Amino acid sequence: MLILNCPYCGRDVDETDLHAGGEAHLKRFGPGSSDDEFEHYLFMRENPKGVHFERWRHVYGCGKWFLAARNTATLQVYGTYSAQSTEPPQHILDAIKEAQA
Amino acid sequence: MSERVSALRNRETGGSVQVRDAGLRGMITLRGDLSNSKLSSVVKSLTGLKLPARNGVVQDGDTGIAWMSPDELLVMVAYDDVPEALDKIAKALSGQHHLAVNVSDARSVMLLQGTFVREVVAKLAPVDLHPDVWQPGQIIRSRLGQVAAAFWLVDDATVQVICFRSVADYAFDLLAASAKAGPVGHFARGT
Repeated sequence: MLILNCPYCGRDVDETDLHAGGEAHLKRFGPGSSDDEFEHYLFMRENPKGVHFERWRHVYGCGKWFLAARNTATLQVYGTYSAQSTEPPQHILDAIKEAQA
Repeated sequence: MSERVSALRNRETGGSVQVRDAGLRGMITLRGDLSNSKLSSVVKSLTGLKLPARNGVVQDGDTGIAWMSPDELLVMVAYDDVPEALDKIAKALSGQHHLAVNVSDARSVMLLQGTFVREVVAKLAPVDLHPDVWQPGQIIRSRLGQVAAAFWLVDDATVQVICFRSVADYAFDLLAASAKAGPVGHFARGT
């Protein structure tokens, strides 16, 4: 069972109270982009065995989207952070590095 | 005028943990910037209470304010005072980005009272309700069985539950069954 800490309400939330939103940190390619870029943005997703950055929504609670870094193989959670981040914050990267050391 | 009734029509159960309908209650969903001083002062003038902190709920009888999310409050006033309260909010926050909606008839409020209320709720919700984590004055939004609900401890033997009106019967039956099944004795101290 996955338990994530919602950075907006600060509670440890069970997976069943959350809604998975897929891969995080996607860059949008909209009108004016090439077909390849658009296809990649729309359909191509990472499916790593290991560190993964994901979007989650605290759907039964405060309703906010947030981002989480976790390991898909070990299920270790490195941390959660604000959805307004365009890239993983330093403390998350540090936690990942520490776990892999 | 049509008769105004709560979804549960004053249902109640007996037993060592009693579940009962709290009746009609005025509820306003207020979304906006909670750090806005105009917002906090109008809410204060409506309820006579200070804005709760994160995950907090403040209450004085049927009047109260519950923190629902970083940009949402549930303002509880008397059922008949809601239209007037909405007018006051609209006036105080005119020109500012906000949303205030009367949800009094869209929600159902239940009261649980008894020695092991904490366990009655804990059996149904996927959240940690240990006394170290959940104390009076703290609201939790989660699920009861299959439906969304918000609940908080009024005191160690009283829990208030708010759920959508459409699922009020389900939530009530669920809580009543959980209460009837008795305590589990999971929490080492307290109830």
